[in-house]
Amino acid sequence: MGEKRFVYMDHAATTSTKPEVVEAMLPFLKEHFGNPSSLYSVGRESKEAVETAREQLAKALGANPEEIYFTSGGTESDNWAIKGTAFARRKKGKHIITTPIEHHAVLYPCKYMETLGFDVTYVPVDSYGLVDPAEVEAAIRDDTILISVMYANNEIGTIEPVHAIGEIAREYEIPFHTDAVQVIGKIPIEMEKKERNVDMFSLSSHKFYGPKGIGALYLREGTEIDNYMHGGGQERKKRAGTENVAGIVGLGKAIELAAGNLERHNEKMKRLRDRLLAGVLKIPDCRLNGHPEKRLSDNLNFSFEYIEGESLLLMLDEMGICSSTGSACSSGSPDPSHVLRAIGLTPEIAQGSLRLTLGDDNSEEDIDYVLDVLPETVEKLRAMSPFYKSENACKK
Amino acid sequence: MKTGWECENRGSFVYNKKVMDHFMNPRNVGEIEDADGIGEAGNPHGDHMKIFLKIRDDRVEDAKFKTFGCAAAIASSSMATELIKGKTLKEAWELTNEAVAEALEGLPPGKLECSVLSREAIHSAINEYRKKQGLEALPEQT
Repeated sequence: MGEKRFVYMDHAATTSTKPEVVEAMLPFLKEHFGNPSSLYSVGRESKEAVETAREQLAKALGANPEEIYFTSGGTESDNWAIKGTAFARRKKGKHIITTPIEHHAVLYPCKYMETLGFDVTYVPVDSYGLVDPAEVEAAIRDDTILISVMYANNEIGTIEPVHAIGEIAREYEIPFHTDAVQVIGKIPIEMEKKERNVDMFSLSSHKFYGPKGIGALYLREGTEIDNYMHGGGQERKKRAGTENVAGIVGLGKAIELAAGNLERHNEKMKRLRDRLLAGVLKIPDCRLNGHPEKRLSDNLNFSFEYIEGESLLLMLDEMGICSSTGSACSSGSPDPSHVLRAIGLTPEIAQGSLRLTLGDDNSEEDIDYVLDVLPETVEKLRAMSPFYKSENACKK
Repeated sequence: MKTGWECENRGSFVYNKKVMDHFMNPRNVGEIEDADGIGEAGNPHGDHMKIFLKIRDDRVEDAKFKTFGCAAAIASSSMATELIKGKTLKEAWELTNEAVAEALEGLPPGKLECSVLSREAIHSAINEYRKKQGLEALPEQT
């Protein structure tokens, strides 16, 4: 094995903030400290910076700047979309349609609405994690007030048929929300064309090399939604709270860079990913989770039989590799992720899951290193496992 | 240690150096071919430990293990086998998971239960040995 190196392969969790983004933000943490709501010059500078970022974001989404609302991140955007829609439309009905593989920022607000008397249908997914638009349509009732289906899954990378689902939602005149946190910079977005049937669209800056603590909710003009944050009149009276100016500026710069580099980024990600995929699949008793083609360019999710994910993650960490797992052992019992359960993995297989998500900072050398370290680490843990009885092990 | 997206719900935790040492370099991994007592313990679909004891003059002469599970389960297996080597069967039987956790200088919240596995596996091995000797199985204390 070669020299130990630091390899960050958890870009679906978060990304590093690009130096150009940090540069753009710095003045708004230093001299341009004004409150955008103030009428004097330092306030106006901040106001202009916020509006410039709004235009950058709107341009990247092919939307109108008036449809962009800055929030504290993906979680707030999702909470706002679900609760805000449910409260605004509660007199029309109390039924919400979503899926069992949503991020907790959608799933738990839905669970919460159930405690308030709303009824939620979780449309099942197939073994790749794909939602069938026909099943969404079949779940629609007279009292359905919201459909929320994620654009792409954060754990297994499966890209959902949001266009087809959007068309159905439009036909039945039901607002459609999509959690698009994972897709920015990977899938081109055109709110007036491809995504014309999406009414609400959540995004988070730190997933595309922007700062943490800032995100946005796109709200199509005319979307019926209650406020989530009540207070001052910021964001055209729809989202109270003094603007996170530096964060907003950073988000604007980050999405401009991401949208401008989308094709080249995908090309690089696919090249690295496919080589990593082919190499990892040479390990015996290993499978790819998620859809083989309909998946994000940077996502790989594997299950290794006979081993447990936390152990694998920690051993890889000792070798400098940052990864993620859908296994979480607590009190000696496995608690595999809700996504891996929803795609029908047995607890045994779900426990041995490992997510590797690539990013801009990864190189061919990183792939070589992971392909060097991972098979040995898997073998080391299997040699320790009472369940593992390979033919080779028997011969030895 | 942050173990990924699921941690958003359970809060992150850190294993101490001693646990990480016993996890990364576990002592006594393997099997004993002519073991005098073999025991197993585990949860359905969860952690699982198999232990092999070599017994002479009522003492644990050697102990080896194989464990499937999280870092706490592996580190506890390693420490438990270290602790019972050279001990009498009575002393080995009386080893508590708290003692294992203490020897590891503590386990994160929710991970203490992962060390119970070792005690159960040791008990199962000792009783397997006793059965072969024509002795009665020792009862689990409740």
